[in-house]
Amino acid sequence: MSKRVLLGVLLACGLAAPALAQEPKAGGAINAVIQPEPPGLMLAMVQNGPVQMVSGNIFEGLLRYSPKLEPQPELAESWSVSEDAKTYTFKLRKGVTWHDGKPFTAADVLFSLEMLKQTHARARNNLAQVDKVEAPDDYTVVFTLKQPFGPFLGIFEVGSMPMVPKHLYESTDWKTNPYNNAPVGTGPFMFKEWQKGSFIRLVKNPNYYEKGKPYLDEIYWQIIPDAAARSVAYETGKVDVLPGGSVENFDVPRLSKLKDTCVTGAGWEFFSPLAWLWLNNRQGPLADKRVRQAVMFAIDREFAKDVIWNGLGKVATGPSASTIKYYTDDVPKYPYDPAKAKALLKEAGYKGEKIRLLPLAYGETWQRWGEAVKQNLQDVGMNIETIATDVAGGNQKIGDWDYDIAFTYLYQYGDPALGVGRNYVSSAIAKGQVFNNVEGYSNAEIDKLFAEGAVATPDSKRKEIYEKAQKILVEDVPVAWMLELQFPTIMRCKVKNLITTGIGVNDGFKDAWLDK
Amino acid sequence: MLSFVAQRVAKGVIVLLAIVVLNFFLIRLAPGDPAVVMAGEAGASDQIFVQQLREKFGLDKPLPEQLFIYVKGIVTLDLGFSFRQQAPVAKLIGERLPATLLLTLTAFAISLVLGILFGTFAARFAGTFLDTAITVFALIFYAMPIFWVALMSILLFSVTMDWLPSFGYETVGANLSGPAHVVDVARHLIMPAMTLGLFFMATYTRMTRASMLEVKRLDFVKTARAKGLSDAVIQRRHVLRNALLPVVTLAGVHSGTLIGGAVITETVFAWPGIGRLMYDALLQRDYNLLLGVFVICSAIVLIFNLITDLVYRLVDPRIEFST
Repeated sequence: MSKRVLLGVLLACGLAAPALAQEPKAGGAINAVIQPEPPGLMLAMVQNGPVQMVSGNIFEGLLRYSPKLEPQPELAESWSVSEDAKTYTFKLRKGVTWHDGKPFTAADVLFSLEMLKQTHARARNNLAQVDKVEAPDDYTVVFTLKQPFGPFLGIFEVGSMPMVPKHLYESTDWKTNPYNNAPVGTGPFMFKEWQKGSFIRLVKNPNYYEKGKPYLDEIYWQIIPDAAARSVAYETGKVDVLPGGSVENFDVPRLSKLKDTCVTGAGWEFFSPLAWLWLNNRQGPLADKRVRQAVMFAIDREFAKDVIWNGLGKVATGPSASTIKYYTDDVPKYPYDPAKAKALLKEAGYKGEKIRLLPLAYGETWQRWGEAVKQNLQDVGMNIETIATDVAGGNQKIGDWDYDIAFTYLYQYGDPALGVGRNYVSSAIAKGQVFNNVEGYSNAEIDKLFAEGAVATPDSKRKEIYEKAQKILVEDVPVAWMLELQFPTIMRCKVKNLITTGIGVNDGFKDAWLDK
Repeated sequence: MLSFVAQRVAKGVIVLLAIVVLNFFLIRLAPGDPAVVMAGEAGASDQIFVQQLREKFGLDKPLPEQLFIYVKGIVTLDLGFSFRQQAPVAKLIGERLPATLLLTLTAFAISLVLGILFGTFAARFAGTFLDTAITVFALIFYAMPIFWVALMSILLFSVTMDWLPSFGYETVGANLSGPAHVVDVARHLIMPAMTLGLFFMATYTRMTRASMLEVKRLDFVKTARAKGLSDAVIQRRHVLRNALLPVVTLAGVHSGTLIGGAVITETVFAWPGIGRLMYDALLQRDYNLLLGVFVICSAIVLIFNLITDLVYRLVDPRIEFST
């Protein structure tokens, strides 16, 4: 089965190449699935996957990122960095208007930054390095940093830093602003209609600054809560695009075989979702490094990739996904080796103490993975008890450190300073919160390396630091890294140029067109 | 009768209040912090951000104070603000309620009409092949889980035969109006309403059949027969009318179950009703929205029960209104 999917991916890549050479055709509507229904569409106020997927068409950031994560112009047409790497000057594109016709200027950028600091956790963390922002004129914005910050040029994509119309939000209660329900951006598509529970309709922005774009007239985001029903909607021709994660993984091979269907795993390079098992380093058998290493040897990750994830993705080698900066695979290796796992458990003196495993309540694929991991660990003699929770309950248990092993997957955001360090440094240990160092790993050297890595210059220095950090972490196994996930996007082959950047379908459909 | 209705409404308000208080504490007993869910991956690791969210939505206040604020709001018909969807709860429910009412009332009508019809036939021809066929048919639908029936109907009527749309309330992008729109919505309604209705239909079939057979044995039926009334008149006026009383009772009780079933049906068929709203609110620990849906659903159940009592009287005029 996995071979077929891979074939589909290759086919999609193969088809993408001639598509670039073809002249795009204007017109038509795309029906895509959105799951779950976004709680809102104002990207500055709410940030989760579905919100960005729809709003990435309405709002824009200063920059976009190529699949290799190189910055590209969006609302900023150019940028320059000072010699001391502390001053970044952005030149904004002229002639850009908001969907209501008002011009987009540097004042909007300054306002957006102020708003995001209060409403957008990731933007706030990213902007913590900024000392001041100034707008010498309407089309120039100058960021002065407190100190050099290596990943600074990587924080401007639309989801991390969407631009907000100052004239509609200034001096209003942001929480109840009516434009939250009818968002106004600068993007290629404009909000038109939201039938709650049914669909969201976006229409072409006729005044978009990139002449000729977008090519599509309309996008309908169909809200279908049941995974099986989403598969049927594609199968019966009612939707054209199933973005990554829309259907259960076991349905991917079947849908990929349908006539005129293309599949691609591209478009996740910026997020690089990396799945791992939180291991509670504080207590019980897992406090012993040898038991944690045994967990790595005990789990058949190739099996999980081939069978549970249909061959998509990649076995993780450590804390960084291979798609992000400064990744190295020159780290200790943990192939599937139950005998070695047993030996390590024996050496550590493990005597069958009960270990609580929390699967992730994200549907059947994760449930099956939980069962497979349980089986692997039981095979080497570990006494595993599965604790079933829903997402909110699971988060609470993990945040309260009330677990032994727990599934998760987190985004990397292109740079170790943005998406990796937060999971391993001692300063990120805080009870009651999740998605930080909930495993309780504490290593002064790692703290020092991540602190240095964020501000080091030039890039070669950063590379050296992060490679060293990866080696230490992989030796210590604070968490058990499983797979670099790749959520396949399934679409009709007539949909061209859907994925052109490192954030894929989350970046808006401005380049997409229909070969009718 | 008016005083009966007034008294029942007054009692209903007290029951609703009790439901609010009970549910308020029950929901909060569930593990999981709504602020953490709202903050998402990037925000949940930032303590200050999570705390700001708690403050923004009043989640940092003591529970009794939160309850007081909530109840005070209900008195002025304000069901609070949805943390997650950042919109007034009443507005969110108002957008979805018509779809749920359309679905549940259609399912209810289908189940009641078909159930009574099949039950009557089965009783009339008790012991024959027809009776056995109806009983087995009813048993099958009674035993099958709603979600399974839903998926199988999609497989049959949408995927294989391509007769009916598999999801949604209307054809998106078709921009239909007038009779064409009504037909379009009806086509979308058939499968969810049948799926939801069949389970209850099975119950009413069995109940009508059993009840009619029981009534048939009673003395007044024998008397009617002795008087020389025709079989059709006896069945319609004497047997069915009396046999319907337990069915009406059951139908009243089912109003709550029907909404419960709608959660599954709406999810599978992407029907934009409050069942899904409830499901999403539960997963996201959106307390106000969840409570709001409970309050509205409870109110609907209370109204249904009141209607049941009134219908009772219509079916059997000997029953007096008393509270």
